Amino acid sequence: MKLDARVPSGPLPQKWENFKKDQKLVNPANKRKFRVLVVGTGLAGGAAAATLAELGYEVLAFCFQDSPRRAHSIAAQGGINAAKNYQNDGDSVWRLFYDTIKGGDFRARESNVHRLAEVSVNIIDQCVAQGVPFAREYGGLLENRSFGGAQVSRTFYCRGQTGQQLLLGAYQALSRQIHAGQVKMFPRTEMLDLVVIDGRARGIVVRHLESGKVESFAGDAVLLATGGYSNLYYLSTNAQGCNVTATYRAYKRGAAFANPCYTQIHPTCIPVSGDHQSKLTLMSESLRNDGRVWVPKDPTDVGKHPNDIPDANRDYILERLYPSYGNLAPRDVSSRAAKRVCDEHRGVGPGGRGVYLDFADAIRRQGEPKIRAKYGNLFDMYQRITAENAYQRPMRIYPALHYTMGGLWVDYHLMSNIDGLFVLGEANFSDHGANRLGASALMQGLADGYFVIPYTLGNYFASTKQDRRSADASEFKAVEAEVTGQVKRLLSVNGKRPASEFHRELGKVIWDNVGMSRTKQSCEAAVSKIRGLREEFWQTVSVPGTADNLNVALERAGRVADFLEFGELLATDALLRNESCGGHFREEYQYPDGEAKRDDEHYTHAAAFEYQGDDKPPTRHQEPLNYETVKPAVRSYK
Amino acid sequence: MKFTLHIWRQANRTAPGRMETHAIDGITGDMSFLEMIDLLNEKLLREGKEAIAFDHDCREGICGSCSMMIDGQAHGPERGAATCQLHMRSFADGADIIVEPWRVGAFPVIRDLSVDRGAFDRIIQSGGYVSVNTGGTPDGNALPVPKPHQERAMDAAECIGCGACAAACPNASAMLFVSAKVGHLGALPQGQAERSERAKNMVAAHDREGFGHCTFYGECEAACPKSISTEYITQLNSDYLASAAKAVVKG
Repeated sequence: MKLDARVPSGPLPQKWENFKKDQKLVNPANKRKFRVLVVGTGLAGGAAAATLAELGYEVLAFCFQDSPRRAHSIAAQGGINAAKNYQNDGDSVWRLFYDTIKGGDFRARESNVHRLAEVSVNIIDQCVAQGVPFAREYGGLLENRSFGGAQVSRTFYCRGQTGQQLLLGAYQALSRQIHAGQVKMFPRTEMLDLVVIDGRARGIVVRHLESGKVESFAGDAVLLATGGYSNLYYLSTNAQGCNVTATYRAYKRGAAFANPCYTQIHPTCIPVSGDHQSKLTLMSESLRNDGRVWVPKDPTDVGKHPNDIPDANRDYILERLYPSYGNLAPRDVSSRAAKRVCDEHRGVGPGGRGVYLDFADAIRRQGEPKIRAKYGNLFDMYQRITAENAYQRPMRIYPALHYTMGGLWVDYHLMSNIDGLFVLGEANFSDHGANRLGASALMQGLADGYFVIPYTLGNYFASTKQDRRSADASEFKAVEAEVTGQVKRLLSVNGKRPASEFHRELGKVIWDNVGMSRTKQSCEAAVSKIRGLREEFWQTVSVPGTADNLNVALERAGRVADFLEFGELLATDALLRNESCGGHFREEYQYPDGEAKRDDEHYTHAAAFEYQGDDKPPTRHQEPLNYETVKPAVRSYK
Repeated sequence: MKFTLHIWRQANRTAPGRMETHAIDGITGDMSFLEMIDLLNEKLLREGKEAIAFDHDCREGICGSCSMMIDGQAHGPERGAATCQLHMRSFADGADIIVEPWRVGAFPVIRDLSVDRGAFDRIIQSGGYVSVNTGGTPDGNALPVPKPHQERAMDAAECIGCGACAAACPNASAMLFVSAKVGHLGALPQGQAERSERAKNMVAAHDREGFGHCTFYGECEAACPKSISTEYITQLNSDYLASAAKAVVKG
């Protein structure tokens, strides 16, 4: 397998300029001759579909939800970063770039990250023009707040619903193109396979969820913007429908899967309350601007009412451990700190898995109305779920799976190792290294969709001979037959156990063994347990009903079946990366104070896995990460 | 806690539907309404029966997928919350609970509790946007937006497009939905150029889809999980009249 990142020449700040200078263009009149298949309509997919249609390409867009407006990007709360330096506080493209590289623990590709920081400023302008109601100062200018891992205020936000507003902006742009006939939209349609002919991605095979019909679509390029795989852990902050199927099936067709073990555990989620729970709810990181994280110093105090514990007996863990970043230490660092104190039996709440996030000081300093204005909807959400009033007593929070930095390998052009297969947003691996900073996911999704793919895809079309196949070609029919075969197989097991039960068990195995911390033994244990579970699944899963109508149990079972294979790949990657970096914390590799210990000499590379067959281990390829501009250093937030 | 659930079952768009009764036990107050349905579905699957189809995704009240009439109320008894944010502690132990899909002609049932809300997408497609292409936009701070205008836009922009407004309305009118988008964009300078056309086109699309007319019952505001105010309908009416007047003047 050839992993050529195709990074343009020149010094880092000129690379994107050089790319644009050298790129080949498609004549406006010829654009309509190219058909682009966009899978997923979140920030990356929605923005890409709208923008490509505006340029004149024929776009077919697919999503499994009942409307493109419901993609999971909608749930992002806190904000979006951009190097605007509106606050005059020392921000710059360079600083956003450096913070992101450092936040990613020096495991991301420099050139991609720099481009991300460059286009970040255009995103804000674009969204404002669309009518996204970003928060404003009284003078009418845009307001900013701070997020983890940065010492400047560069986060733009719309109350606690930034993802919703940005997604609606992209959705509205997409709707305009649907109205204009430039985009054909297929909601309630799930991609189940990729068709590769002669080494090029030629189209996809989907299942229409309402009719159950399996159908092929051919195009000149396939764009996957299908999000991340946090739901492998069963309990995560992701929406119920989020799944790995599209990217995993592409992997089985030859696309390299990079760094699956890089997963992000978000420090501020509402703790688990019982076995019945179907998801975890995130409390935006922005709360850490005003909230102070603490636990009792003495384990015997954990049962006491928090307001009865005097300041002297509290341990403000992040302020103590990371004085220069304090409560705004990055996510991986903060999560591990919370885990550590809970392991010391100082955790609070049911099961002892929780730490306090206390607003009392902020309320005293700024008054309750100000806090209510900033975070009111989050406090309401917290109260609704826990029946506790966070204005009167501290919130309880605990880390939960939130985002996955790993994904399909892509080059600088966002193209995977399969010609014509592009991967955008959370579904790719490129920009966040081993840990993502807050408010950077929205930035990356929109950067990829609005400002990167329109350039790189045009260059691909202009420099490649057009050779579209028919969806009736025998190769398409063969893949359709495989997809139909898998559906039939699921329906014919006739077991007694719902797929959700396997999902819950799988999630527990993964969380316990390849979660916030990992060891060689735990990764090996995970692999063997997953294999057992997978075998059991195919013998005892219950999928009643038929394939020719809306069958929710069938959809779920198909997604769980893919998770049951993908989990093994994630554990394998975690096992083979013998270092700690970002969200990947191997207990064997740490400094005496518990901080992650990287091994730059042996692991300054992206690990990209190539599928070899169901019963063979995948091949691990390496893309060396050449740090030409930044010097990897010990990542300190002290 | 235990409950008796009466749930609408319907095989597909054209099949006749019927209520089906299920007893469920072992529910705790901190379970969400959807988690209770999950539990029931797991039970059905263990018995080899088909699971109840219902739309849901984010389970934190923002994606707008959930769409259940619970005891005749859109999203159930809690104000300002979607079905996924409704917890079983809101119900009395032992209660009978009736669960139906949205009952709106423009939202045909596709199975059980799942409905087709494509009509909302088509309404947005008719003009619920600012017509700008990607690129070439002015600096975000080029045009100051007074904070009260931005707040007013945001209050309306919070709409999650769930359809509860139409489901709660005795006329099955979705005017709150239309007015939320018209009100969001109309409150911002960026939305002014197309303000009048937008109101006209979106109202026409709304009527084409077969939603009823608004006679100001106000049920929509009470059912809205985001508590969007009917004030926006007043604003919409004014924008709509202005656009009609313009058309007359133009002749």
